[in-house]
Amino acid sequence: MSTLQTLRAAAVKVNGEDTRLDGVPVHTTLLDWLRDRGLTGAKEGCAEGECGACSVLVARPGIDSATEWTAVNACLLPAAALDGQEIVTSEGLGSPAELHPVQEEMAVRGGSQCGFCTPGFVCSMAAEYYRPARTPCAGDHEHGPNGFDLHALSGNLCRCTGYRPIRDAAYALGVPEENDALATRRSSPPPPAPATRLAVDGSEFLRPASLDDVLGLLAERPEARIVAGSTDVGVEVNLRGVRAPLVVAVDRLAELREFAVGADEIRIGAALTLSELERMLGGRVPLLAQLFPQFASRLIRNGATIGGNLGTGSPIGDTPPALLALDASLVLASHRGERVVALADYFTGYRETLKAPDELIRAVLIPLPLAPMTAFHKIAKRRFDDISSVAVGYAVEVTDGLVSQARIGLGGVAATPLRARATEEALIGKPWTEFTVREAAAVMAAEGTPMDDHRASASYRSAMLGQSLLRFHAQQLSPEGVSA
Amino acid sequence: MSALSQRPQQSVVGLPLPHESAALHVTGQALYTDDLVMRTRDVLHAFPVQSPHAHARILSLKVKPAYDVPGVVRVLTGEDVPGVNDAGVKHDEPLFPDEVMFHGHAICWVLAETLEAARLGAAAVEVEYEPLPSLVTVREAIAAGNFQGTGRHLESGDVEAALAAAPHVFSGEFEFAGQEHFYLETNAALALVDEGGQIFVQSSTQHPSETQEIVAHVLGVASHAVTVQCLRMGGGFGGKEMQPHGFAAIAALGATLTGRPVRLRLNRTQDVTMTGKRHGFHSEWRAGFDDDGHLVALDATLTADGGWSLDLSEPVLARAMCHIDNAYWIPNVRVDGRIAKTNKTSQTAFRGFGGPQGMLVVEDLLGRCAPLLGYDAMELRRRNLYQPQHSTPYGQPVRHADRLEACWSEVLGTGGIERRKAEIDAFNVSHPDTKRAIAMTPVKFGISFNLTAFNQAGALVHVYKDGSVLINHGGTEMGQGLHTKMLQVAATCLGVPLSRVRLAPTRTDKVPNTSATAASSGADLNGAAIKNACEQIRERLEQVAAAKLGINPKDVRFVDGAVRGLTFDSETLSWDEVVLAAYFQRVQLWAAGFYRTEGLHWDANAMRGEPFKYFAYGVAAAEVEVDGFSGAYRLRQVDIVHDVGDSLSPLVDLGQIEGGFVQGAGWLTLEDLRWDESDGPHRGRLATQAASTYKLPSFSEMPEVFNVRLLEKAHEDGAVYGSKAVGEPPLMLAFSVREALRQAAAAFGPAGTSVELPSPATPEAVYWALDRARSTSHSGSDSRSHSREFVGPEGR
Repeated sequence: MSTLQTLRAAAVKVNGEDTRLDGVPVHTTLLDWLRDRGLTGAKEGCAEGECGACSVLVARPGIDSATEWTAVNACLLPAAALDGQEIVTSEGLGSPAELHPVQEEMAVRGGSQCGFCTPGFVCSMAAEYYRPARTPCAGDHEHGPNGFDLHALSGNLCRCTGYRPIRDAAYALGVPEENDALATRRSSPPPPAPATRLAVDGSEFLRPASLDDVLGLLAERPEARIVAGSTDVGVEVNLRGVRAPLVVAVDRLAELREFAVGADEIRIGAALTLSELERMLGGRVPLLAQLFPQFASRLIRNGATIGGNLGTGSPIGDTPPALLALDASLVLASHRGERVVALADYFTGYRETLKAPDELIRAVLIPLPLAPMTAFHKIAKRRFDDISSVAVGYAVEVTDGLVSQARIGLGGVAATPLRARATEEALIGKPWTEFTVREAAAVMAAEGTPMDDHRASASYRSAMLGQSLLRFHAQQLSPEGVSA
Repeated sequence: MSALSQRPQQSVVGLPLPHESAALHVTGQALYTDDLVMRTRDVLHAFPVQSPHAHARILSLKVKPAYDVPGVVRVLTGEDVPGVNDAGVKHDEPLFPDEVMFHGHAICWVLAETLEAARLGAAAVEVEYEPLPSLVTVREAIAAGNFQGTGRHLESGDVEAALAAAPHVFSGEFEFAGQEHFYLETNAALALVDEGGQIFVQSSTQHPSETQEIVAHVLGVASHAVTVQCLRMGGGFGGKEMQPHGFAAIAALGATLTGRPVRLRLNRTQDVTMTGKRHGFHSEWRAGFDDDGHLVALDATLTADGGWSLDLSEPVLARAMCHIDNAYWIPNVRVDGRIAKTNKTSQTAFRGFGGPQGMLVVEDLLGRCAPLLGYDAMELRRRNLYQPQHSTPYGQPVRHADRLEACWSEVLGTGGIERRKAEIDAFNVSHPDTKRAIAMTPVKFGISFNLTAFNQAGALVHVYKDGSVLINHGGTEMGQGLHTKMLQVAATCLGVPLSRVRLAPTRTDKVPNTSATAASSGADLNGAAIKNACEQIRERLEQVAAAKLGINPKDVRFVDGAVRGLTFDSETLSWDEVVLAAYFQRVQLWAAGFYRTEGLHWDANAMRGEPFKYFAYGVAAAEVEVDGFSGAYRLRQVDIVHDVGDSLSPLVDLGQIEGGFVQGAGWLTLEDLRWDESDGPHRGRLATQAASTYKLPSFSEMPEVFNVRLLEKAHEDGAVYGSKAVGEPPLMLAFSVREALRQAAAAFGPAGTSVELPSPATPEAVYWALDRARSTSHSGSDSRSHSREFVGPEGR
């Protein structure tokens, strides 16, 4: 019924044991694959990366250590994408007789009630426990005195506890013991991503070894479904029953993982995850630094790539409004060569872009220097882990009291992300005063063609555009006096 | 102090223990129904065919194409039902319908070797529909006069006379949304048939006995041919009180017809689109106040949006009507209640069971009226609290009403409320774009099932020859810590260490005819039944020990595994040796326990009586900060004092209070059920049917400072070991959040602004509320005239 077509036996190291991937259908998620193998600790709560009940740890290339234990949603990843990788589940962290420190704190502090979300919380918490750069700090509403960043749990939902005991468990964690095997594992590199070819029941999963291989493949079979973090494709597979005959993984290609800060621009490889990018940039682009913590959840940011967020062409992605304000361009690659297109020209219609079927986003270019005044505003029902009703990116420069440059990117108010051109015109050349801003806010409220849906009404979306500009102005005057 | 409530000196109840399964939870070893599938051979997977219409007649159903899909084994349709084609107890929920009554209604089920094959098989089934007119909103149903079940009327005093005499009369209308349970574990059942034809169903159910009954009547067999087991649930919240029965019946029917185990697990979308939710309500009211701010009369009509079938709507409505007073003395009350029939999921039990809906009406009207009366809302609420001599509108004395004042005072003191109010006033003056507010609200919640018959429970306790103890009871574990408490009760009653007691999974062949684990009653009922069983065994062992010790049996004490007389110099026997001696004397070492709640009576037609054993009380203060640009808000601090009696298990109770509060805040502020109400092709479809569109509270909604205290000196004489129920009452403490949002929105306008706030009070809703308040300020118009629905002061 199924055949495995690879020279090397595809396998995943699960909790220290090599487990064969033979015959796994291409669209089987890591979660279902684990559960079929009896590892039922990880649960399906939503099958779309929103609840985190399926969270597991993957050994990924680190920034502060060779390997970092990275928490991901097992419900979104194809099992085949884990070929050659190492993962740890809640069962692998500890046992009832020998609890892992994270499990111990969760258990004794009342961090579990029904227990269904708990293994996922434990894995997300363990990833933060093992984060090399986690060091004691003064603490605030989102950080514990042990340096625990609460955003590590932003992609995990609990319906029972109200979260307080889970937070207390997280903030009570110490540092790993000297002989902790997972801590030790961080000092050696993670497994490389081997070239993989799995074909089962007429569908194929491929992980080519180089960008050229991918581009050659796309030239022959432009219908191939490209996946990186699979945070979007995984939802289509699970909720909409999409079954692409050919899935091509590009997330580990070195050519797509470049990062360079030059004199004129910052070049960002399309397959860098938002988590990686946040740390690589280290606040160098303040607009993006504001964006990252508001982008979905840590679990999603650990998988989702910047190229993926642009590749879907969604009008409600969070990075396009920010990158529009930053005047970013994209490097599109195909077997025919490379071209650079301005992001402002890239979106052509609802989920339609300039990208040809045989093209791939290779990199994102952000020109330097950056505008001095920037902000990212996201309107959503929930502060963590939500999709924008409206998102706005600002890059404004004021010279001698007059607005000399203004770029405003909008999301959620039209079929595509777009620049607020009329508002920009209403600002440029005018004095940066409340009067100007109020006039421009009225213009901004009429940008786009927002619609009514379950996230927000059209009238609220329009109102939020105008209010956003007023807030941006108020924030520039008195950063402390306006809540984020 | 009653025998039931009296607690021995060294008791295991009262210790702050973690959940009994905590070590299994955190290691992923705890098993839920669907985790059993891979431990079972040759399982078939079930997948539904769901209706794309809100209301339609099924003209034809062609299942043959499904059999062409590789792996499909069987398609279950109404023709396969040997017994009664109904999933409920009211006989208005056909398991396989001829007429679809809501968007997503399951028409038939496909069984296949894999879930993928079952899904493809379901997609291949051809159904021909004749669409019929539908009613999607409660307003449409009211306009069409489409109601179901029995309407109710509750009256005390003379409402018309009191309204005529009241110096301040207001009227209003308020429609508010329901809530999706969103237990993290969706509905699941695994059924198999054993060698004797016995049906064994593992089900994620709060009500195993009723699941058993429904499976039996669908299969046309007697109840003794069906056993239902529930290891644990990944959350229930009322959503698994009635909903699991039909799914268990489908699995059982499939297992019976194919001879193979059948697994039915809903994915999230199926669960959200097929199962009932908290009822949304429509309300209309008139309220009269005297010059001192006392609420003297309330006249209200409540319409529950019941969805397509009756389910639990009648008792939900009754509880709503019985809680419209919340914690306030209203001498003249008239409430009419009715249940709208709409083409939506059949709404059902949800933590609070109508109580929250009734209470929301009075809290909303107090919040709206306070500025119009010229009162601070906190002061208005406090002056209306029940006092010890008062009775409810249905005639039950409000015993321990003084605890409301005790909770209120303690929150005021420990929360530093007066100081913080002053700080907030100063903050608001200096922050034109950001406003803060603090609100305090009380809770009084009646404990017991309104239907008296449900207030009974059974238990089965075994003591083995080696002295180890195994307990069974009829309650189910959904995370609320019931099993933890039951272990503590047994260890306390038998005087043995907790480690000597083990708890066996809930099964209908151990304890029959159980009530749902619902109405917060699990610990009260099952705890008393376990205590009863343990007492029977203990009394027998007292005889054995007394003979060995040469003392009167009444003087034997069981403490921490030791058995001795009253005096300190008494000889001490071990529990184990007394047990073994009893065995050799042919003394029965096991017992069935039983409990019925005494003193309850309720006339459902007259809506009078004493339906509740006692009331649970609590008070919460919530402080919010609202952003004037967007309506987004943060919950800065919450202070709660809640009455759980003498806590059986303080860590568990604390978890119930905190979790209930956050769940309540989710209902009132964030969770947004949106049905397609248009006349388009998707009319009746639930637009928020996934975690990405229906947002639960996450870490960002947790109060930044969260102080919860249990009321001290709170012994409850009528319940096991002096404790009180805790599952539902704390949910309603979350009214404080909603009222704080209202007050913060009002702070954008001039003093005395009355703010209308929809429910849920999402950031968008709060934005429009504050925007109206703000424009009131700009236009300088009268604060009472801006609202659309609020009629404002009437009469004199």
